[in-house]
Amino acid sequence: MLQIDLWKRILIWLTCAVGLWLAMPNAFYTNVERHNDAVQAIELGADTAENQADRGLWPEWMPSGLVNLGLDLRGGAHLLAEVQVEDVYAARMDAAWPEIRDALRPERSTVGTIRLQPSADDEVRVRISEPAGMPRALEIVRALARPVQTLTGVGANDITVRAEGDLIVVALSEEEKLATDERTVQQSLEIIRRRIDEVGTREPTIQRQGADRILIQVPGIGSATELKEIIGTTAQLTFNPVVTRGTNPDAAPGIGNKIVPSLDEPGVFYTIEAASVVTGEELVDAQPAFDQNGRPAVNFRFNTSGARKFGDYTAENIGSPFAIVLDDEVVSAPTIQSHIPGGSGIITGQFTVEESTNLAVLLRAGALPAGLEFLEERTIGPELGQDSIDAGKIATMVAFAAVLVFMFLSYGLFGFFANIALIINIGLIFGLLSLIGATLTLPGIAGIVLTVGMAVDANVLIFERIREELKTSKGPARAIELGYEKALSAILDANITTFITATILFAMGSGPVRGFAITLGLGILTSVFTAIFVTRLLVVMWFERRRPKTIEV
Amino acid sequence: MRLRLVKQGTNFDFFKRWKLWLGISGLMMVVAFASFMIQGLNFGIDFRGGTTIRTESPLPVDIGIYRDAMTPLELGDVSITEVFDPTFGPDQNVAMIRIQAQEGQEAVTPAVIAAVEEALKTVRPDIKFVSVESVGPKVSGELIQTAAIAVVLAIGAVLIYIWLRFEWQFALGAVLALVHDVILTIGVFSELQIRFDLAIIAALLTIVGYSLNDTVVVFDRVRENLRKYKKRPLNEVLNISINETLSRTFMTSVTTLLALIALFVLGGDVIRGFVFAMIWGVIVGTYSSIFVASAALLYLGVKRDWSKPDANSGNQYANIDA
Repeated sequence: MLQIDLWKRILIWLTCAVGLWLAMPNAFYTNVERHNDAVQAIELGADTAENQADRGLWPEWMPSGLVNLGLDLRGGAHLLAEVQVEDVYAARMDAAWPEIRDALRPERSTVGTIRLQPSADDEVRVRISEPAGMPRALEIVRALARPVQTLTGVGANDITVRAEGDLIVVALSEEEKLATDERTVQQSLEIIRRRIDEVGTREPTIQRQGADRILIQVPGIGSATELKEIIGTTAQLTFNPVVTRGTNPDAAPGIGNKIVPSLDEPGVFYTIEAASVVTGEELVDAQPAFDQNGRPAVNFRFNTSGARKFGDYTAENIGSPFAIVLDDEVVSAPTIQSHIPGGSGIITGQFTVEESTNLAVLLRAGALPAGLEFLEERTIGPELGQDSIDAGKIATMVAFAAVLVFMFLSYGLFGFFANIALIINIGLIFGLLSLIGATLTLPGIAGIVLTVGMAVDANVLIFERIREELKTSKGPARAIELGYEKALSAILDANITTFITATILFAMGSGPVRGFAITLGLGILTSVFTAIFVTRLLVVMWFERRRPKTIEV
Repeated sequence: MRLRLVKQGTNFDFFKRWKLWLGISGLMMVVAFASFMIQGLNFGIDFRGGTTIRTESPLPVDIGIYRDAMTPLELGDVSITEVFDPTFGPDQNVAMIRIQAQEGQEAVTPAVIAAVEEALKTVRPDIKFVSVESVGPKVSGELIQTAAIAVVLAIGAVLIYIWLRFEWQFALGAVLALVHDVILTIGVFSELQIRFDLAIIAALLTIVGYSLNDTVVVFDRVRENLRKYKKRPLNEVLNISINETLSRTFMTSVTTLLALIALFVLGGDVIRGFVFAMIWGVIVGTYSSIFVASAALLYLGVKRDWSKPDANSGNQYANIDA
């Protein structure tokens, strides 16, 4: 008859207890949040009295996992950026030209003179004056190729070299492009993460999406524009030889050169060699400082290879100017006074203290290897988030109360059991959400409300079935048993199909939609559990105590 | 005394005019589809690209003044709507400003947003911009695509699941009902020109789930009754099954609607469209389980010999206890 083994009973109650235990911190959200922040601060060394007091707001032995609030509830900024991976190809090709030139120079007798031709961004075109020397030239240039550094591109070289008449065309191979893209995006992700961490906001989400996109969500930040200022500057630092200084931005720069404006002298343009001597990637440190005249500046230091290149260049070019270029603007163009061997230097310019500090941070975190294009940006003010939370809370409570009353009116005592299960159900959803560290969004709240409505479905199915069985079966015990038994296939089929749609939503959706899918999916799991285990156990326990001759459902 | 939505032992004949019901459903779908083709949906920026700014000010919203302030910026198509909601406080005057994606620009321009904010501040100095959202045309195109794929995938997955658990006729009937619900929902959104954004897709998929839930419960009973009443004609078996599950159908619809209506009234305007879609879906889904899914089953016919041992036996879970 209606038997449930003791160990199963214990397991059911234990599951509920653990779920509710985990959900508990959410009932005291602000206190637990302050406690968690304080614990983190103390760990980082900020052991102040205030932090200690905050820490005491929530006992250590209690669980402290909270449901994260999504941007739409807490307020904050959301950016979807696309990494312009092609930027890197151009830089690679710019760097390839001096290498090619130096390799061909000793062979001038066979290949003749070597000239750089106007080329597309992702290739280098070099003209040689002796077409007869082409096979030899190709051989030399091909020898410059290096194997691609990935697992998938085994055996491939990083460049392709071909001849077009008297032109040597060097381009990046497809494998190398893929590998470069991968590196560029990874690097950008890492740098964005470091920059945001330096500002120190709470729980930022920085995720890669698809091949070349990065999703950045920072709660509590004022606006998307502010967020863009933190990550947006590429801080691409290079040191380039200066060809001339002029005032015409449209002058022909000459092949291999480019014209860039001056940062703080309006109307001044420098013609510089596109291939840089050293780049910011070889920096190991940058600190805000002051120059001899007490103006803000930035001190920097190169790594060994950077220091050697910088040292060699300064030794060979004493007396000529070179440009310190930041994001395609010349910060300053000092003349090399002497050989600079140590690999450290100072960037001076018309900075404010704040600007020099910022520049140092950007240089330290490393330059973004490529530009970012922002495809999507959203700012949600904290007031709107709070309004949504308040409205969501009231709506959930009213929905909850309405369903509880309705169930009790419809099924009496059995409805009461279902209501207990429903309350446990909500607790379990929050427990699970805290456990997996899921994010609750506004549609997520809607998902919970919907679950409240639908969670009773399994119980309704069972109770309706018990009613039917009461008409035909021998006694109440048998009717209850049959009710559960026969309703089961409908419950499972119905919930599995809904679960399938929740899974697809989760896989395909993003942001708020995904939040909805999570609460809906978890709600299905917990509501099936509470309906077929918890209410059943409640009914059985009641039945064992009372042994009623007749029951009314 | 118990509350009974449906009195016990009903015996409505749902299939006396089943062809008529199928016809009406078909006609409604045609109307919905026509509305979609002619009027089109009022796509939100998620799907069309552009910028929406939500403003809040203690002074009443004056669309004329707002528009005049923004005219010099020459932003093309700008729509300004005032938002009313019972949850707002007395000095909360909210407006939504939607700016078309700027021609030929992939990325979102902060300059435009800053200019708009500046312009509005000159006419309403204490205005607040509680949310600003911009979506570039590239992403919005992809979002439509993923959304459509999600809906199709969900329907496909369900088709396969029901086919495995029941018979292909059931699967086809259920999927017809789903397509019916999705088309009617899109139709309502196009007819009433309610903003159609990413959240509505979530609502659509939930409707798919809910409607299915309902259909599966009826089908489960049909499967059971087909075994029980081997000799009775199909339409009678369907009728008995629907009548038997009618009480449950109403109970669940009412509890779900109660919860959704609470959210619709009190949940704030941000998710109102989303909740509206779900309320509509619950009503349409309940209707379609009976008048589309079951009627389609009647039209398609179904295997009657369930006496052989069958992998799809309905009680394969029955030995799970407690």
